[in-house]
Amino acid sequence: MTYTPRTKDQIAARVAQDMPDGAYVNLGIGMPTLVANHLPQGLEIILHSENGILGMGPAPDKAHEDFDLINAGKQPVTLLPGGSYFHHNDSFAMMRGGHLDICVLGAFQVSERGDLANWHTGEANAIPAVGGAMDLAVGAKQTWVMMDLLTKQGQSKVVRACTYPLTGLACVKRIYTDLATLEVTEHGLQLVDLVAGLSHADLEALVGLTIQA
Amino acid sequence: MINKVTDSIAQALQGLTDDMTIMVGGFGTAGIPNELLDGLVQVISDSSISGLTIVNNNAGNGETGLAGLLKTGRVRKVICSFPRQADSHVFDALYRAGKVELELVPQGNLSERIRAAGAGIGGFFTPTGYGTALAKHADGSAKETREINGRMHVLEFPIHADLALIKAEKGDRWGNLTYRKSARNFGPVMAAAAKRTVASVHEVVALGALDPESVVTPGIYVSHVVAVPRQATQGAGFKKVA
Repeated sequence: MTYTPRTKDQIAARVAQDMPDGAYVNLGIGMPTLVANHLPQGLEIILHSENGILGMGPAPDKAHEDFDLINAGKQPVTLLPGGSYFHHNDSFAMMRGGHLDICVLGAFQVSERGDLANWHTGEANAIPAVGGAMDLAVGAKQTWVMMDLLTKQGQSKVVRACTYPLTGLACVKRIYTDLATLEVTEHGLQLVDLVAGLSHADLEALVGLTIQA
Repeated sequence: MINKVTDSIAQALQGLTDDMTIMVGGFGTAGIPNELLDGLVQVISDSSISGLTIVNNNAGNGETGLAGLLKTGRVRKVICSFPRQADSHVFDALYRAGKVELELVPQGNLSERIRAAGAGIGGFFTPTGYGTALAKHADGSAKETREINGRMHVLEFPIHADLALIKAEKGDRWGNLTYRKSARNFGPVMAAAAKRTVASVHEVVALGALDPESVVTPGIYVSHVVAVPRQATQGAGFKKVA
């Protein structure tokens, strides 16, 4: 099999392509923040940041950086016309109360039933940090994951059951990866798309699970 | 006459005792009341006060502020959602040496537990954290759960504080506060949850000068308003992208 994995920006563009006009979206820290650079032209997609921003805009140039206006990754951002500020409890009410249409999160592992592990490697010396991941995972209307399909050692991060500590149970709806896009359904994993050169059988062999065509 | 405008930070921080729970506003570096924290470090260092519990979203970064407070060795426990930052080495070292206890709380649970304290709520059920390692008590026993409308929830309890230190933008002598951009974050929630709330402001304005429609924290939640010079918030805590 000869295929070229999608770059991080190509995965981000693939995720962005599925966002409907008018959606309220939270992009998790790390790879998901790239999605903001690929939102379809002509659509209004409103970005939420857990630290109290709706209508978050792109990073400012160096001269206009204001560290009272930062994203969840603590980096300076801007506010679009129509945007608003609110306190933490309002922000998490949006997240926990089912008001956000989509959240996009990074992941260490996703199980075939949509369990998510993305906050802790479980290593003895690791300092655990969870932030808003558990709130987003179970609180948004849809949780999408964006990650490389395989670890650096070539093991699938889509698994039968997560071995890393869980963030949320049965909460992931879609998995966007460098090799394929998968949907988590009641009947198991469903193939949405594949990179050119990779066959359905190749993908199943890499993942080690049944994926419906 | 009510006058919550207090001349000095030391005056606003009189009467602190051992084992107090202190909330500190801020997310990343936005909304961190650095001047109040420096004042607290001074008060703690000049006394024998110890056994403090600190509630913040993070666990300090760099060498000063919350990290400076941790360095005094008087903090017994940190309750937060995200201790790990690019420059959280003070907390990291204390935690690894077993010198500070960590209660890790999902951020929304942290915010809601603080809100519950301020609103007089005895506890609440939430789906956040269900089925995870954070749905356990410190001793490893499972937190109470309940199925509500077909969904599993975890019982969480309020976090009350003896003192809250928050950063606001403008304030008046009644303690009414406004904030600046995303520096608002935990300020309004913590103000309501503490027995004593000290707010730093960059501008003290005359009573009636704040637009009542724009007051974010009504003065009833605030004990002291202290003016500090305006200084641009510095960035920190994140990995710089090359």
